[in-house]
Amino acid sequence: MGKKVLMKGNEVIAEAAIRAGCTHYFGYPITPQSDIAHYMAKQLPLVGGTFVQAESEVAAINMLYGASGAGARCMTSSSSPGISLKQEGISYMACAELPAVIVNIVRCGPGLGGILPAQGDYFQAVKGGGHGDYKMVVLAPANLQELYELTVEAFNIADKYRTLVMIMGDGNLGQMMEPVQFKDQEDIYKDEKAWATVGTGMKRKHNTITSIYIEPEVLEAHNNKLQKKYALIAEKEVRVEEFNTENADIIVTAYGTVARIVKNVIKLAKKDNINVGLIRPITLWPFPSEAYVKCAEYAKAFLSVELSAGQMVEDVRLAVNGKKPVYFHGRTGGMIPTEKEIYDKIKEILEKLGG
Amino acid sequence: MAVVFDRPHALVDVSMHYCPGCTHGIVHRLVAEVIDELNIEGTTIGVSPVGCAYNNYLYFNCDMQQAAHGRAPAVATGVKRVHPDKVVFTYQGDGDLAAIGTAEIVHAAARGEKITTVFINNAIYGMTSGQMAPTTLVGQVTTTSPYGRKPEIQGYPIRVCEMLSTLTGAAFVERVSVHDIKNIRNAKKAIKKAFQVQQKGYGFSIVEVLSTCPTNWGINPVDAMKWVQDKMIPYYPLGNFKGADLEV
Ligand SMILES: Cc1ncc(C[n+]2csc(CCOP(=O)(O)OP(=O)(O)O)c2C)c(N)n1
Ligand code: SF4
Repeated sequence: MGKKVLMKGNEVIAEAAIRAGCTHYFGYPITPQSDIAHYMAKQLPLVGGTFVQAESEVAAINMLYGASGAGARCMTSSSSPGISLKQEGISYMACAELPAVIVNIVRCGPGLGGILPAQGDYFQAVKGGGHGDYKMVVLAPANLQELYELTVEAFNIADKYRTLVMIMGDGNLGQMMEPVQFKDQEDIYKDEKAWATVGTGMKRKHNTITSIYIEPEVLEAHNNKLQKKYALIAEKEVRVEEFNTENADIIVTAYGTVARIVKNVIKLAKKDNINVGLIRPITLWPFPSEAYVKCAEYAKAFLSVELSAGQMVEDVRLAVNGKKPVYFHGRTGGMIPTEKEIYDKIKEILEKLGG
Repeated sequence: MAVVFDRPHALVDVSMHYCPGCTHGIVHRLVAEVIDELNIEGTTIGVSPVGCAYNNYLYFNCDMQQAAHGRAPAVATGVKRVHPDKVVFTYQGDGDLAAIGTAEIVHAAARGEKITTVFINNAIYGMTSGQMAPTTLVGQVTTTSPYGRKPEIQGYPIRVCEMLSTLTGAAFVERVSVHDIKNIRNAKKAIKKAFQVQQKGYGFSIVEVLSTCPTNWGINPVDAMKWVQDKMIPYYPLGNFKGADLEV
């Protein structure tokens, strides 16, 4: 067993990345995730890695493009406004099939917004914030142990599928402290990366990293290849936690730190003999639709609780497909729903449905 | 029979897509000759721009990455930081480098990134059909300055070498032209030195090449060469701005 350490969420990400073999980090300061950069700036050089403070998020994501294309395990991190600036590079990297990890410690928007926790970047992350038909894996951890494990996993998924993986958290996750049990040794997916531009050594034809395909037939074929890969990821990489869903009358669904509040609500409801279940998507893309399909057989209704004006709820509705009513409760601007608030909403729905 | 003229090994044996009389092709050849002479084809990674040279990854025999518009210096930074022992260059037009990518080139130079930039200044946006570039001369007619560039409306053209040479991280800065044989020779010398400056680890190096775009200038290739001589050089003086004395 490795060491157990009390750590801040942002530092857990940085430490996990280094353990996963991330050698290059590129970033630009923005609250509430700058501790990731601080940790990387301090620790990466000690393990032979490289930290670069870029002149902007645009530059950072393009440095990531270069480093990933050159075969490195690499990462960038930012928060909402900075992630918006990265969208150009994200689209290019998706097209060029460059593996890398992008962290978004989401703050509230739109605009410069505020620095408090939010989940308003869901659409941007899972529907493609950049242009064109692409997807990236989006992981939404709810506690720091999971944050550690998923960060390591993020690098493996990235290399395995030559895809971008985003870790989405909020300021709560980034700033809170919890004990984390580290492993002695991480399971690292190893890949030759024969496609990387590392110099031909005069031993092979030259490699090219590109996202431009001027010929329509060629571009469509490339797009089809990407879509096939996304289908494979959707088949293999769905992660979801179901909590008390068996025989639940109502299914609440929430991701990230909001799901922790919901778990307390479930305990409250139990005391009143109200059976509430939780579906917590861990992968926001691929979305765990199956879990909803299954629960729609017996639950009376669904309630999506989010720190947004209603984003994930659209995917819940797509999954439930009209079989049962889907309700929404959201707070924005950095406001967090209380247990009582969520519980009241549940009681209101059950009353409406007649018991 | 002795071969007196041949294709550099670093250039792929395909025909290029550039317009007749365009000097992009000459500069490609010079870069390839330098790669051959320094024997670095196997250890070089190039970065293509967005502009007429967007697909020059097809033309260079070394490993290549294609970058988003203006981002080549950031991409090259990523490559170089992963492979500090390799040679990394960007090839960029004036829209790419001096407009949308201004931040990336300035900061790559400021960081003293050990990369080499070959900068094509043709005073116009070639690929997108002749719009005004940051380097378009005062009075020059383009599709977006149809009455000629007017300083009171569109400001003044940017002299990139002069600007970058103020940065400590920029080790080698030189402006050359390829409008005649003598200047082509000088241009090659400068490109070679820029690569050597990178190899020696002095810092960032850039060669600005005054180049032609007969298609969008709306003149024939011979007149285009003359236009470089008569119009461009007076505003963009040739010569070394920094690093001429560096030992390589
Ligand atoms: C983000 C973005 N904006 C605009 C374009 C369109 N675009 C393609 S090439 C180009 C200008 C290229 O001009 P320059 O860099 O001078 O190169 P040249 O074609 O003259 O060699 C523009 C604006 C683009 N591809 N991407
Ligand atoms: S448009 Fe201009 S810069 Fe582009 S290939 Fe033609 S002549 Fe050269």
